[in-house]
Formats: sequence, structure tokens, C-alpha cells
Amino acid sequence: MQYFQPEIETMSVAEKKELQSERLVRMVKYVYDNQLPYRAKMDAIKLKPSDIKSIDDIYKLPYTVKQDLRDAYPFGMMAAPRRDLVRLHASSATTGKLTVAGYTQKDIDIWAECAARSLVMAGADKESVVHVAYGYGLFTGGLGMHYGAEKMGAVVVPASAGNTQKQIQLIADFGADIICCTPSYIIYLADEIEKLGLKPGVDIKLKGGVFGAEAWSEGMRETIEKRLGIRACDIYGLSEIAGPGVACDCQFKTGMHIQDDHFYPEIVDVDTLEPLPYGESGELVFTTLTKEGMPLIRYRTRDIASLNNAPCPCGRTSVKLNKITGRSDDMLIIRGVNVFPSQIESVLLKNTDVAPHYHINVDRVNNLDTMEIVVELSPSVSVDEVAHVEEIRRKLSSDMASALSVSAKITLVSPGTVARSEGKAKRITDKRKL
Amino acid sequence: MVKQVAVFLENKEGTASACCRVLKDVGVNLLALSIADTKDFGILRLLTSDNDKAVSALRGAGFLCSEVELVGLEVPDKAGALSDLLISLGEHNVNVEYMYSYAEADGHAKIVFKTSAVDKAVALLKEAGAKLL
Repeated sequence: MQYFQPEIETMSVAEKKELQSERLVRMVKYVYDNQLPYRAKMDAIKLKPSDIKSIDDIYKLPYTVKQDLRDAYPFGMMAAPRRDLVRLHASSATTGKLTVAGYTQKDIDIWAECAARSLVMAGADKESVVHVAYGYGLFTGGLGMHYGAEKMGAVVVPASAGNTQKQIQLIADFGADIICCTPSYIIYLADEIEKLGLKPGVDIKLKGGVFGAEAWSEGMRETIEKRLGIRACDIYGLSEIAGPGVACDCQFKTGMHIQDDHFYPEIVDVDTLEPLPYGESGELVFTTLTKEGMPLIRYRTRDIASLNNAPCPCGRTSVKLNKITGRSDDMLIIRGVNVFPSQIESVLLKNTDVAPHYHINVDRVNNLDTMEIVVELSPSVSVDEVAHVEEIRRKLSSDMASALSVSAKITLVSPGTVARSEGKAKRITDKRKL
Repeated sequence: MVKQVAVFLENKEGTASACCRVLKDVGVNLLALSIADTKDFGILRLLTSDNDKAVSALRGAGFLCSEVELVGLEVPDKAGALSDLLISLGEHNVNVEYMYSYAEADGHAKIVFKTSAVDKAVALLKEAGAKLL
């Protein structure tokens, strides 16, 4: 199978633009009528839906930011009535509150189509057995790829995350040819497969995979492709827009093909917010062109990247997203989970045994992300009993795990020993080599 | 009762020696010392010639320390003396969190221990004829 929806994926640039224009005009009117926070933004600058006549007018529209979603928590940004919503997903926001996204049945169908287009880029077809080792739940990874694989008519193995030995047994016994998981997990799987003496190509029939939800390098891609003999595709998504499948790269690796019939990308200068041309690096902004549940206009993703429109030998005509190179905020991605330092801070502030002075050390050990939080004991803590100090650490560790949804090693240190810095504190040391 | 100074030690090279150096610099003498160590940190327990001076010097040097009262006694110089006392405490549900021993110039062995049931421990030891510090 070369394409999942050739009529769209190989549409001429002119036709695509016409489609985008028509959809944007309709989307702006829909949002103005149904999403009050955005209507207020348009009213504030006296912009009317009728002012938007084509995709070229998109720059006139105000931005939507994560704070808007937080202010409207949980359902204030939903444009569809409750009876039409069929699913909620959520991811971490900065202060412990979640960023919620609601989907209608049509949204789920479109997202599944985009995920299916991505799976085809990785080499999947109707005969495929697709092993989904992303977590299933509020996180969009598992369910997103699951519905995509079903949409294309493949056989899905909803393995979800964890229990590596069992995963390998399923991959081998069911003859999975396509896998979906984080890039660090596929490397971990490759190590374990090797330890078990299983041979890729003989015992393990994988031929392709889509890997995302965390940053990875071309070097990691080469390692994965060589060790498992597969095609490794980089997939991008964010729950606010849609999960995995917003963009994905094909075998030619010329950048991730953005499904820009549904998600219109822009790159803007982080400081001036002026749109930037192809090739220049800035903040990635998405406008949903067809979404009903929670449509977003000019949503600032905080991801730093660039776009390119060079023709791709695969024949797909979409604009492409180059690798995400960073964030414009202080969000960390640990084993696929979004972690904000402010979440760590709020756990520390609630605990009187420690001071809210901390440092985060992130590393990648045996291809898995590790996070250590170094935190100062409060000067009033009684330190003569080991059990008491251990209990402080155990409680902090468990509070942290439940607040962050990812475990962290807690290291307690004496008061005053965590470096204070003037101005913007440098609280993170990220030693991961990508 | 005996006043002890407990010092939190981070798990890195040289913290115990840095702590002792602080005490040396202010001329505080160590009468007894015990270390509890875990994988991630250590706790140094000290009996000193001048606790106030020790605590203020250690805090000034950035160490986290706390003062705690311990029950102390002189152990009679015969086999099984300590055992009898501990059995008696145990039988009366007096829980000992930690203990250590030291000797002073007079040659007598001394024991200090931490318990949450101080009054009960003291009463029991008195009854058994122990010489309390």
C-alpha cells in the first residue's frame, strides 16, 4: 500500500490551498459561534468571521495559548455540545491541572485516518499486525494508534506499556510487522530481544514502526533501523490538536508530512510572534481545520521547529515538519510524559519537611529516561533517626509519582546546598545525549 | 539524660571528615561517635564536650543537625549485664530506636539509647539498679 488516502495525500498544492481556505473560513465561523473564549479574543480586536476569506488571512487571527485552555478548565473550550462529545484525553499542564481535549465521533474518525496514513508511511497495510506498545489511557498514544490501525483494516495488538518480556513474546508469536511506541522503548526492546537470543528478521518479523512522544535524534533512528532491520518513522502529535498522526515521516525522511488538510501549520517568531518563512526555526503553531469537539485557532504548541515544502520522492504533497528541536517553555518530556518544573514545585510547597529549593537532573540510562530531584531538607527536620528521614523521602517520592505520572529518584540534601541563581533559576540539568 | 547532636550527611565524598574538621576548628572534643548509613545518606551521632558550640559551628558550615536527649547509663562490668537490662525494657514494651556505647577515662562502659518512652525506660532502669547518666 503506497498511500492510505491518495486523493488527499498527493493533492496538488493549489487544490490543497483551496481546500484549506474553504475549511478555514468555515472553521472561524464555527469557532466564533461556539467557542466563547476565542470569540472574545476576536471581538477584542474587532475581527469578524467574514474578514477571513482564505488561508492567506490566517495571520489576522489571534493566537490561542495553553493558558486559555487552563482558564477554561475543563470544558470551556469545547465547541460541540456535550451530547456530541464521545471522548476526552488529557495531558499535564503547568500547575497540576490537566489540559483537556474533547473529541466528537467525526474528530476521532479524522484522527484515525491521520494515524492510518502514518502507519502506511511505516509500511503497514491491511495484512499487517500492528503492535501498540504506547500506554492506553488519557495519554493519546495508545488509543490514537489503535484506532488508526483499525481504520486501515490491520490487526491491532493492544499491548499497552510495560511487561517487556510479554511484549516480546506477543511480537514474536503474533508475527507483528509494525510497532508503535516511544523511541527509547524500542531501543530497550531491541536490547531485550538480543538478550533472549531472538533474531530480527527470523524470530521477530517487524519491518516498520512509528515512534514518538519524546525527542530523538537521527543517530537513534539509524541505531533502531540497523538493529531491528526496520523502517523507523518519527510521528508527531499533541492531545490538544489530535494525538499521534498530526505529522509523520515516510521512508525518504524529508521531514514529517503534516496532515495539513486537517491541521494547518505555521512557524512564528517566539518573541515577536511574526510568521516565519519555510526553513526558519520558531514556535510551531497549529490551526485545526475540521475539528468539532475542541477546535483551536492558531494554537501555540511551545514546540520549536521549522517547516519545509521541498518535494518528497514519495509523492505526498504536504508541507513537512522538521525535527522538533526544543521547547519555548521549561517543559520536560520524561519517558513520554510531560513534566513541568512548576508541578514539582507545588508538591514541595505542600511538604513542610523540605524546602522548595530543588534541582532536576535528567539523564538517559540504558536508553530509558531517568529523573532525579535533588531537594533540601527543611532546617527544622529532626535528623537523628534513619527511619524518619527515609519516611520523608518515601512520602515525597510517592507524592511526586502521583503528581507527575512518572517516577523520580528523590535525593535529600542539607539546607542551603542547592545552588541559588539570580533571575531565572537554572533548575534543570538535562544530560540526555540525543 | 545525655544530649546528643545528630548531623545529616549527604552521600558524597568527604562530608564526614568536613564535619569533624568544623568541630576541630572550634575546639570541640568528641566523646562518642556513631554512624548510621544508608544507600543515599548518612547520619552522624555525636556526644561532644560542648553541644551548643558544636551545633552553632555545624549549622554555620551548612550542616543540618538536631539535638536530641538520650537515656544514658553505666553498664556494670560483668557478662550479661546489658542483656538483662534490654530484656527488661523489651518485656515492658520500651522500644529502642538506636543505641551505642562508649568508654570514658574512668574505664567504665557507657550506653546511650533513643526511645520514645523515656519515663518508663528511666523507671525500669532505676528499678534494676542501673547507674543513670
